[in-house]
Amino acid sequence: MKHMRALNKKAARIDNYVSSRNEDVVAMQDHGAQRPHVPMGCALMFSPGWEVDAAGGTAGLCQPVERDIYDCFVSCYWPAQVPDHLNNATDWTAKCATATKDWRNLDIIFP
Amino acid sequence: MTATEARLYRLGEFHRFEAQGSEFLYLVPAGAIFAVDEAVSALIESLRGGQLDHEQLVAALTDHGLTIGDAEELVSEMYHANVIVAAGSVPEKPQPLPDDFPIQTLVMNLTNQCNLSCQYCYEFGADKVATPEGKPKFMDLPTAKASVDFLLAESGDRRTIHITFFGGETLMNFPLLKEVVTYANHKAKENGRNIDFSLTTNATLLTPTIIQFLSENHIGVTVSMDGPKEMHDQLRVFANGKGSYDIIEPRVRALIENHRTRPITARVTLTSGVSSDVIKIFRHLKQDLGFHEVGFAPVTSSPNQLYSIGQKGMDGMLEQFHELADEYLEYAVRGEAHGFSNVSDTLAELCQGVNKSHPCGAGLGLMGVGPSGDIAPCHRFVDSDQHSLGNIATGIDKEKQADFLNRGHIDSKYDCHTCWARPLCAGGCHHEAFVRYGDTGHPNLHYCDWIRDWTNKCLEIYGAIAVKNPGFLQQFAERKAAQ
Repeated sequence: MKHMRALNKKAARIDNYVSSRNEDVVAMQDHGAQRPHVPMGCALMFSPGWEVDAAGGTAGLCQPVERDIYDCFVSCYWPAQVPDHLNNATDWTAKCATATKDWRNLDIIFP
Repeated sequence: MTATEARLYRLGEFHRFEAQGSEFLYLVPAGAIFAVDEAVSALIESLRGGQLDHEQLVAALTDHGLTIGDAEELVSEMYHANVIVAAGSVPEKPQPLPDDFPIQTLVMNLTNQCNLSCQYCYEFGADKVATPEGKPKFMDLPTAKASVDFLLAESGDRRTIHITFFGGETLMNFPLLKEVVTYANHKAKENGRNIDFSLTTNATLLTPTIIQFLSENHIGVTVSMDGPKEMHDQLRVFANGKGSYDIIEPRVRALIENHRTRPITARVTLTSGVSSDVIKIFRHLKQDLGFHEVGFAPVTSSPNQLYSIGQKGMDGMLEQFHELADEYLEYAVRGEAHGFSNVSDTLAELCQGVNKSHPCGAGLGLMGVGPSGDIAPCHRFVDSDQHSLGNIATGIDKEKQADFLNRGHIDSKYDCHTCWARPLCAGGCHHEAFVRYGDTGHPNLHYCDWIRDWTNKCLEIYGAIAVKNPGFLQQFAERKAAQ
């Protein structure tokens, strides 16, 4: 809170409550308080290098690198942090026809 | 128009206080303490004159120099923290008591016999509530063991439980005390619980062997003692009228020197003859004798007793309490322990932000048990047929317990509903209320002003420590966390 400083345990609980009412809800927030956070989903971490070949590149992989994130997302073959495509983000990839070109369209998902 | 804009605001329930040039709020329904800035003070001033709607309030704040954005944010914060409330809003009802409240502390009156004849004694004096006729004078081992089993069974899933030994004079039944400690330790271990012990004594019967036992078993000791010889001997006397000071002084010194495992506390009963000598008493007990903590309480009595403290005496006592509290603050700022437990106990409650439904744990998390096995709300009601809550052999009489708790609940003390000090006081001691008013659930109206003044003083001390040495308060945050 901006104008009051909590000095005992009850006050700290009120502070937490008020802060959670007045501030945005953010992904992965902890106990009502807004903290520095990691956005839900791994779209920001999408980059060549999700998996690399022996030479440190992606050319020699047995499958295109984009398959990795798509498979995490679509078929859940690997338990990575990807948007929930069953309920809340069914059209997450709608604007991303080609992952290597359109990956910027894979937006952050807010719960 | 949105709901916010349509809202009419008025001030919520809080107590304002100042310390070290800063302003603070004690939010009464919550028991929360906040340091606040000028903007909050401006908001409170704006609403002093009565209700304002959202737009008027924001306008009043912008007149104080806030931007509209800041004013909106402030109003929202204060509204959600209940510093201001919507006109017409009704305070939330206190939570009802859970049906099953596990006991944490059992006070075992090992005997109702005493080798002193202090005139003011609530067990034997003119205002006694006990009816010991025809009951055993000393607790026997089967009753004591059954009491320990009772505590274990009734304490639910509490990890730490306490036994306090009491009397009469506790040490008149030291052989039983020793057996109870052994038995309770064994039983607690078997049940995977932590148990600790404490006792209250008049110190007349302390011997090196007893002191060694108390120290080895980490038994906390409180000595009832009223100050230097001339004050102590006024009322704490043997049956022949002889004072007990000379007997206990060397024993107390030996206790403090040789019992190193727990702090040793003195508990002073203040009476009319010594109510203006608080500081002198404190100096003697703390500095001359070396007690770690010294706590004071005015004697519980009907108002017409010679030793009861009148209004003037209470005021004089309060003045001295203030002086010691200021001294406490100086110590706290330096990070040192002062030993005036009336302050530290209140700071501990303020730190937790307690908001009590009942003045104490009597009949709730604490029970007393007498030599006969009768269960009482606390040690002060032990052996009183009128206040019995059952017997160890048959268990708690739930109906009587509910009656006691309903009477004592803050909800049924209408006089308290507008008092800002109620989160800590909750109407005051059940026993004192019974002695004064004949009803354990009657608020102790004879010391309301006193309590408010003292609570305000402790809030000021709390605020001042929070400004000058906030780390000092950490010890109070941890006090209850261990349980």
